[in-house]
Amino acid sequence: MLGVVRKKMLGQSLLKIRPAVSVLRSYSSSAKHMTVRDALNSALDEEMSADQKVFLMGEEVGEYQGAYKISKGLLEKYGPERVLDTPITEAGFAGIAVGAAYHGLKPVVEFMTFNFSMQAIDHIINSAAKSNYMSAGQMSVPIVFRGPNGAAAGVGAQHSQCYAAWYASCPGLKVLTPYSSEDARGLLKAAIRDPDPVVFLENELLYGESFSVSDEVLDSSFCLPIGKAKIERVGRDVTITAFSKMVGHALKAAEILEKDGIDAEVINLRSIRPLDRSTINASVRKTNRLITAEEGFPQHGVGAEICASVVEESFAYLDAPVERIAGADVPMPYAANLERLAVPQVEDIVRAAKRACYRSVPLAAAA
Amino acid sequence: MALSYLRSSSSRSVNLLKPLSSSLPLRRPISTDTTPITVETSVPFTSHQCDAPSRSVETNPKELLTFFRDMALMRRMEIAADSLYKAKLIRGFCHLYDGQEAVAVGMEAAVTKKDCIITAYRDHCTFIGRGGTLLEVFAELMGRQAGCSKGKGGSMHFYKKDSNFYGGHGIVGAQVPLGCGLAFAQKYSKDETVTFALYGDGAANQGQLFEALNISALWDLPAILVCENNHYGMGTAEWRAAKSPAYYKRGDYVPGLKVDGMDALAVKQACKFAKEHALKNGPIILEMDTYRYHGHSMSDPGSTYRTRDEISGVRQERDPIERIRKLILSHDLATEKELKDIEKEVRKEVDDTITQAKESPMPEPSELFTNVYAKGLGVESFGADRKEVRATLP
Repeated sequence: MLGVVRKKMLGQSLLKIRPAVSVLRSYSSSAKHMTVRDALNSALDEEMSADQKVFLMGEEVGEYQGAYKISKGLLEKYGPERVLDTPITEAGFAGIAVGAAYHGLKPVVEFMTFNFSMQAIDHIINSAAKSNYMSAGQMSVPIVFRGPNGAAAGVGAQHSQCYAAWYASCPGLKVLTPYSSEDARGLLKAAIRDPDPVVFLENELLYGESFSVSDEVLDSSFCLPIGKAKIERVGRDVTITAFSKMVGHALKAAEILEKDGIDAEVINLRSIRPLDRSTINASVRKTNRLITAEEGFPQHGVGAEICASVVEESFAYLDAPVERIAGADVPMPYAANLERLAVPQVEDIVRAAKRACYRSVPLAAAA
Repeated sequence: MALSYLRSSSSRSVNLLKPLSSSLPLRRPISTDTTPITVETSVPFTSHQCDAPSRSVETNPKELLTFFRDMALMRRMEIAADSLYKAKLIRGFCHLYDGQEAVAVGMEAAVTKKDCIITAYRDHCTFIGRGGTLLEVFAELMGRQAGCSKGKGGSMHFYKKDSNFYGGHGIVGAQVPLGCGLAFAQKYSKDETVTFALYGDGAANQGQLFEALNISALWDLPAILVCENNHYGMGTAEWRAAKSPAYYKRGDYVPGLKVDGMDALAVKQACKFAKEHALKNGPIILEMDTYRYHGHSMSDPGSTYRTRDEISGVRQERDPIERIRKLILSHDLATEKELKDIEKEVRKEVDDTITQAKESPMPEPSELFTNVYAKGLGVESFGADRKEVRATLP
């Protein structure tokens, strides 16, 4: 029997001792681990290998191995015709990628961060999302726009916005937000295989995080369904919806709440459009209380849509008003203390959950 | 601009068409004669960073008569659309192409349906050139099921993917990077075909055009950028919008050619030249010097920013259909009456098609929710009142 410490060490060293498959097998009780970065890289690799029409385009994706090393090794493996370094011209290369998709190829466009996607947003919305509809089905656009979204650490106002709500409001787009490595692999593969334009919102701070992955997840045919949320933690007392980095925060909040006798159910949305309203509503009908957690700006955010959906579908089941935890309603500041106030913290989710359970902590005690 | 073609060439032409007998059949077959005729373009080509092609263009009676008929059809179609719009059967935007027909027909004569064409919103005639039918045009303009986009696109969103016509785009300039993307796909698939991305003098100043041109030149894409310079971007004359209105030179390191866009044969020659160039050397710009008789759209009379004399002057001196008519007559390929009969026939075809299009029904209400996605995943969509109207996307 392996001790916990040895299991952890083995997990870390697995990444270095790749060929030692037999080692993995004999320690079958220890899970394999994979960083989100490797999950994305392997998904890209496998999909490019399986389908000649898939190609990758973006700034620094080739020779630089990817600004965040997501595309490491792909140029060497697939060559410059399929892994293309672009000039810093988002409108131009996003438009070129959409045109290539019109003609039957399957582009994966990397935005160094989604903040720069605003330069290309006309092509994402008007050239990609709406084309199948306007052409009554003649022009489908099998494209994926991917890259880091939301706040990183100390990058300031122009580099920290979350675009989930903006893109998810647009019919014709699909918007995915992976959290774990399993999410990253399964959703990116699904996105590349999907015949519609997909906005794939990653998170820079999650790239280095390691998650356990099963053999099924590691298989090259692994794929997750688009439009289905995952219940990361089953609970009875309150539902917490989250996506991307906030899922980690929600799970930590759930551990803290458990000590206070509040059993939280954490839903990892995975897909913002289509939004899995039925899973969310089923959960709220069980727990009767809802906290929505997101990193982005609060007004017209993802939480607003979830709240509206629950009020429409499950009003009678709510025992407390829906609570929204979101980024502060300000451009992202640089100073570390202000940045901390601008992004939701675990304690914000805990506090909101307690409010929803009518177990607020008095202000005096918070000091 | 006076028509100048070599009179001496008429001695080489063959007198093919005898005067018709009195029992004139309703549909006259177009001459199938492909005996070569050489015609000079109205003006020589002006080039930038390349050697201009010869101004002697090879054509034949069949081609000239096809040009005549096709342009007459396009002309009639656009004028009929004007009337339909005023009768409120066409709504929203309607951007008419009459005057510019030579660009559409000349281009088609130089390429195949495997080459791609993409344009902006002045797309009715380009769609016809690609093999679209009159019925698809009128039905789409009137928002009916028989329309090329089943009534869901409208005037600015005509597509015909099976003959590589990619629309039909409402955002000025967006079609240029998209066109370069089509060229990318053609090169990626090693098709040995090219893409013509059309844009206007207004769009020529768009940043994304230069971004796409830069990438196309870097990656040697078989992209041909065609500036349909009708000298006005909506109500703004070219000299008020562009510091340098020499659009064929704006590519800087990318070669360009300036072409008389009212001369279908010059257009054909330029497009043929451009296709050969693009397959070997990457992108090239063609500037078609053309003119639109209508205003920018149906809500623009077109006479507040240009004089009526200018418009009638172009019609007198440079009309593309008149040029071909004179060419046909001077080469004795058809009589005046025969050409007039073609025009009458075309007019009837347009009128009959409009009657047919009016009978096509409007889309079913359920069509509101179709084609949102290629693969809807059984997801729910909503009407204005989501408790009343919901749909599952297939």
